Amino acid sequence: MVNPDIQGKRYPRTRPYIVGLEKLREFSAATFGNTADGFVVPPTFPIAIQEHSLSLVIADPEAGLDFSRVVHGEQRFIYERQLVPGDELTSELEVASVKSLGGNHMVTFNTEIFDKQDNLVCTAISTLVVRGEDA
Amino acid sequence: MPEFSALEVGQVVAEGEFPITRDSLVRYAGASGDFNPIHYRDDVAKQVGLPGVLAHGMLTMGIAIQPVLSWLEGSGEVVDYSVRFTKPVVVPAKGEAVVSVVATVAAKDEENSRVRVDLTTTFEGNTVLGKAQAWVKF
Repeated sequence: MVNPDIQGKRYPRTRPYIVGLEKLREFSAATFGNTADGFVVPPTFPIAIQEHSLSLVIADPEAGLDFSRVVHGEQRFIYERQLVPGDELTSELEVASVKSLGGNHMVTFNTEIFDKQDNLVCTAISTLVVRGEDA
Repeated sequence: MPEFSALEVGQVVAEGEFPITRDSLVRYAGASGDFNPIHYRDDVAKQVGLPGVLAHGMLTMGIAIQPVLSWLEGSGEVVDYSVRFTKPVVVPAKGEAVVSVVATVAAKDEENSRVRVDLTTTFEGNTVLGKAQAWVKF
């Protein structure tokens, strides 16, 4: 399901992601939000950045994460500031915990998202449930 | 536009109904980059034992905050937003799955000028997001 030994493992900083205005509008429209001038940046948009860090875990043979058995359990975003178009963001993921629960694994990832000046912009915390073979 | 001083715990501040269709799922897949086929292919959903094609959990999370954003009109900022995904939203090939959201002030932090807004998010009478909480700073 997932290798419990990856608890505490940190993955390398991702390449810069440049936040585009039209991408934000597209994301806002897709989440039933406003797309007019002066619209609010969708609060869940950092998931797209977290995705880049998560792909490193999925590609890591040591992690052994079977993504076909993954269900999203919990998600949280803690914002230091709002994203703005033009932000150049990188992210760094740490495996906060791996727990066993009734034949399933629960893995929690903390992904810190930084701007070009290396200031923390947002922390994305994601818990995935990896279903066991019999579940 | 809401004012922090006038807000009270227990007050319903915003509500919304959101009809999710297969079209919505394709749109969200493209916008988010999440192309897991369980969100658009009936055969794949069935094969992995799901009751049908499901809405992305992150789509439901993104939708649930919308009534709050409309209510705020920029007068406050969401500084912390968390949910648990408790039940899937099954989206039929034809027609729509209507997700309802009721946003209620659940706590008030006078010192930091913020409120916690709880988002009761339901589909077909069942709660689909547990502990859906957004802290809004004014």
